[in-house]
Amino acid sequence: MSDEIPEIPQDVLDLIGKPLYQEETEFDIEMGYVYNTLAAVQNGNPLYWDKSVAQELVGAQIAPPTMLSVWFRPHYWTPGFEGERTALQSHFDMKRMMDLPEAIISGNENIFGVPVKIGDKLRTHQVIKSISDVKKTRVGTGRFWVINVESVNQDGEHVGTDIYTCLGYRRPEQ
Amino acid sequence: MSVADIKSLTADEVAVGDELPPLLIPVSATTVVLGALASRDWRPMHHDRDFAINRNGVKDIFINTPNNAAWFERYITDWTGPKGRLGRMKFKMSSSVFPGDEMAMSGRVEKITIDDTGCCWLDLSVAVSIDGDVSTSCQTRVAIPKDDKDNPWSRKADQWQP
Repeated sequence: MSDEIPEIPQDVLDLIGKPLYQEETEFDIEMGYVYNTLAAVQNGNPLYWDKSVAQELVGAQIAPPTMLSVWFRPHYWTPGFEGERTALQSHFDMKRMMDLPEAIISGNENIFGVPVKIGDKLRTHQVIKSISDVKKTRVGTGRFWVINVESVNQDGEHVGTDIYTCLGYRRPEQ
Repeated sequence: MSVADIKSLTADEVAVGDELPPLLIPVSATTVVLGALASRDWRPMHHDRDFAINRNGVKDIFINTPNNAAWFERYITDWTGPKGRLGRMKFKMSSSVFPGDEMAMSGRVEKITIDDTGCCWLDLSVAVSIDGDVSTSCQTRVAIPKDDKDNPWSRKADQWQP
């Protein structure tokens, strides 16, 4: 089966290490989504619920660090846009360009930097860090790739990195 | 409310091998949908049961990864108090969490270090289990104060090395 997985195309190799999909958040960081997240997991941390505690500890109201990826997900719909809007677009590019019809996120690591404050505008870009040799896994045969999503605030301070390990593959019958 | 009124864990109160208090969370369809929408994850397998069953081949809608992270964060900072500041999280998802499941959250202190800047780091292993089987495991690093005067949130630039 592994013989059927083609070599990595040169245009894919050319993307490794380059900043891709440089974007800004579609709205300023806001407290409404923070409250929704806190409510969804019944998180009573006074750092987020009590402005005076936030002011004393951090000097500003902030969002929970694990919300970092939330700020970069596109709206479900915007005027004039047709088709599906997806986060982590470079992952879908890898699937398409290497003709690997199935894909899963097999691992995820988050590194948290400067706290994200209410009112911040964040910028992000994606970097394809590596692509593996052909691997045979229990779900099928394909390649792993690693994508780093780097995010900074309006002052250029690093607010976090999301590291995704992805597997693109063909099922045995494909 | 003042920070002085709120309990936060300090380094002298933790030892390697300490267990975090267990937490049980009954999961409903509302739990799943609330978490997905709060994290702006509009994909149908997190709110559309027919799609989850017929397209994904699973038994129901299931909790999405960012919401999983939010549950871990809540679990950890319930224990550390508000001065606990997450530095890193690494996930391994083994199986999905569905309505009707009960998430059993557990955790253990694996390592305690003080870095070059004087920041106290705890390396934790935390997990969500369903019926005794680990569904998601997570290795995480959280900074806690060395003493009552310390505040990990005040660390900036090269004083913060997660």
